[in-house]
Amino acid sequence: MQGVLLGCFYAAVSIGLSVAFGLLDVPHIAHPAFVVLGSYGTWLVAGRYGWDPLLSGLALTPVFFLIGVAVYRFYYETFEKRGTDTGVRGLAFFFGVAFIIEVGLIIGFGVDQRLVDAPYIGKSLELGEELRVPMRMLVAFGTALALTVLLGLYLSRTFMGRAIKAVAQDEPALRLMGANPVRVKQWAFGIATAVAAVGGALLIIVGPVEPSMDRVYIGRTFCVVVLAGLGSMSGTLVAGLILGISESIVLTLLGASWAPAVSFGLLLLVLGVRPQGLFGR
Amino acid sequence: MSAPLLAIDKVSKSFGGFAALTEVSVEIAEGERFGLIGPNGSGKTTLINCVSGALRNDRGSITFAGEEVSRLPAYQRTRRGIARSFQIPRPFRSMTVLENLVVPLEFVVHRHSLHQADTRAEAMEILRGMGLADKADTPSSRLSQVELRKLELARAMAARPKLLISDEAMAGLSGNEVDEVLRILFKLNETGITIVMIEHIMQAVMRFSQRVICLDAGRIICEGTPESVVKDGGVQRAYLGA
Amino acid sequence: MTVRRHYGFWIAAAAALALAATAALTLRNEYYFFAGYVVLQFVILATAWNILGGYCGYVNFGTGAFFGVGAYTAVLLIKSLEASLPVQIAAAALVGGALGLGTGLLTLRLRGIFFSIATVAVAIILQTVVINWRYLGGATGVQILKPEPLAPFDNYVKMLFVIAVALAVAAVAIARYVETSWLGRGLRAIRDNEEAAECTGVPTLKLKLIACSVSGALMSAAGAPLAMYQSFVEPASAFDLNYSVSALAMPIIGGTAHWIGPVIGAVLLGTVQQLVQVNISSEYNVMVVGVLLVVFVVGAPEGITGLALKLWRRIGR
Repeated sequence: MQGVLLGCFYAAVSIGLSVAFGLLDVPHIAHPAFVVLGSYGTWLVAGRYGWDPLLSGLALTPVFFLIGVAVYRFYYETFEKRGTDTGVRGLAFFFGVAFIIEVGLIIGFGVDQRLVDAPYIGKSLELGEELRVPMRMLVAFGTALALTVLLGLYLSRTFMGRAIKAVAQDEPALRLMGANPVRVKQWAFGIATAVAAVGGALLIIVGPVEPSMDRVYIGRTFCVVVLAGLGSMSGTLVAGLILGISESIVLTLLGASWAPAVSFGLLLLVLGVRPQGLFGR
Repeated sequence: MSAPLLAIDKVSKSFGGFAALTEVSVEIAEGERFGLIGPNGSGKTTLINCVSGALRNDRGSITFAGEEVSRLPAYQRTRRGIARSFQIPRPFRSMTVLENLVVPLEFVVHRHSLHQADTRAEAMEILRGMGLADKADTPSSRLSQVELRKLELARAMAARPKLLISDEAMAGLSGNEVDEVLRILFKLNETGITIVMIEHIMQAVMRFSQRVICLDAGRIICEGTPESVVKDGGVQRAYLGA
Repeated sequence: MTVRRHYGFWIAAAAALALAATAALTLRNEYYFFAGYVVLQFVILATAWNILGGYCGYVNFGTGAFFGVGAYTAVLLIKSLEASLPVQIAAAALVGGALGLGTGLLTLRLRGIFFSIATVAVAIILQTVVINWRYLGGATGVQILKPEPLAPFDNYVKMLFVIAVALAVAAVAIARYVETSWLGRGLRAIRDNEEAAECTGVPTLKLKLIACSVSGALMSAAGAPLAMYQSFVEPASAFDLNYSVSALAMPIIGGTAHWIGPVIGAVLLGTVQQLVQVNISSEYNVMVVGVLLVVFVVGAPEGITGLALKLWRRIGR
């Protein structure tokens, strides 16, 4: 069903936020903006070198990783250290960053939509008589699955990964183990931003992008992350599926205009009924 | 025996799968000095959070001055006479010491008669009693640890409570500072305020409490006079084993 | 609060109104009134934002939604009832207040970030609703005929300018009252430490809802005269993201602790925006706001008023 594929796509786009907000508790409203930035980066690289868009996105990951590290470092030095009044300022900061990215993209690329071309875009796979699955959605599906599995493994098998999970739960213990919590968090945020780049590549593969798309995705990504349970990678996949299916249902019943309301409504529902999400700690 | 001021009956509270409190029942009489001890994680703060209203208990009932309060929001319980200080002090950092006390005076004591009240004078009076009068106009973000603890108690007192819950007000303080805070608590009790003290400093609990209960893993494992509780085998195991 | 200070504010307010009226009756160049109106709009929006954002600590990302709702409530009333401007403004305020209350009821029990996300959603949803509403002009917008200006004004824009001054004075007066009253203290307690505030007897949810409703009402009231000012209302400009960003940036730049902060931020930033927009481009105009926001949030969190106070104290030594 369309919803399933859409859901996997949403999961892929949200998984970076799962780390940034779910594990690190950073009010990263600007995450969707970074995803859109990744889309435009992908468009640039794919256009310039003629590479496949997904590969272009992957090529951008080291750059985005560094950007993420820098942003977190800046955020930490300015806000988390000081302690006072961080709520308003942190939110305002990320809102400002998201806005600057959006306007920067408008200035640089204009408001028109951009899209990429690839052998799998425009074609569909026929499964049986009624079901036609667009190939690009399969690409999104596959990537989402891969990302979830990879990140999940990384967080549970590698030292750095486990340190990231630990810093979310028990920072003093981590300090006692000799690891520097700030460096761990920095690294984690870098990974989150790098993953956003891949999400961006998927975004432009799945459809055309324009600079203002980040706002609609704020609701979607936060919905997925909260529904999953803060910090659960595999939960992100499930939550994404739930959102994707719900949105598809609403799309068929009420039309495209009401789709943004679904993510927000679902978010409220989760927060009211089961705030720790499906797989939360 | 007159009715207890605070009656906690089979209160239970869980977080997800974790049972923080299981069927805790205790009665506290008016004017009593009551001690609550237990190792870290035993549920002491969860229990007083349920009493003060910061949390809602899942099961059981909490009756204060004859009224069932477990469905009331925290601010209404404060208005009925339950006050608490926080383990890690939470002053209103953008306000001076004096202003911190004006808040409960405006929102609890004088909420129906704000024009007639001289809240600043009243706040000064309370600060004098706590030995903080000279810091009245200092921003609360600039206080020392012991001053912050006193401010916590002063702010709780400004709400003119019938019951004051002091949550580890003496943690990390020096011997003299502990005596200071203890003296304040005794003075408050003499004016008729029921005090529940949560503490790890055993000598403070022993000196202060008339009755003590010990929590471990969300249940009451011992209840009685301070001397008997401290000597209880279960209590000692709970502390040493934890 | 001394009696003298009390009267001081109202004397200044009356003077401002008198000045505005005189200017409207004497100055010829219409441009000043157009530009002035825009700046005044921002004064109201920034002041309104600050009641919930600065005083209470809950960040509204969707000021544009409230503003647009106000504009379209006015349009609705004009088209259906040919209502006069005061009625439009009052109705807009009611709708804005209800919207604030509704959003608040849904999200103010949760962490601050979820309230902020809710305001984004409200903005998107409302814009979609209006775009799909043909009676209100849909995506293409709707033309409004300007009625005759009331005496003694000879020009409708000049009259709107004076009305905007009156609205701005009202907004600032309300903000000032909130700030200096028990309500302001309660909001500050919530902002400083919500849990402690609740335990100290502050009815946190009630106060948050009041702040949110008042803020929303003022924002929508600011949007109501837009229909008359522009003679044309369309969703893209009524719900412009710039309103949301500016309403947030101006108090932060001006200073969130005192009612004068949003005013300073609005006047300064509004004027800068007008200059950049005319001389460079509207995209750069908006970028300037974003950059200044980040610069101030990071470097000067107490805003211009905070910096001024620090300077004052240093000179005093």
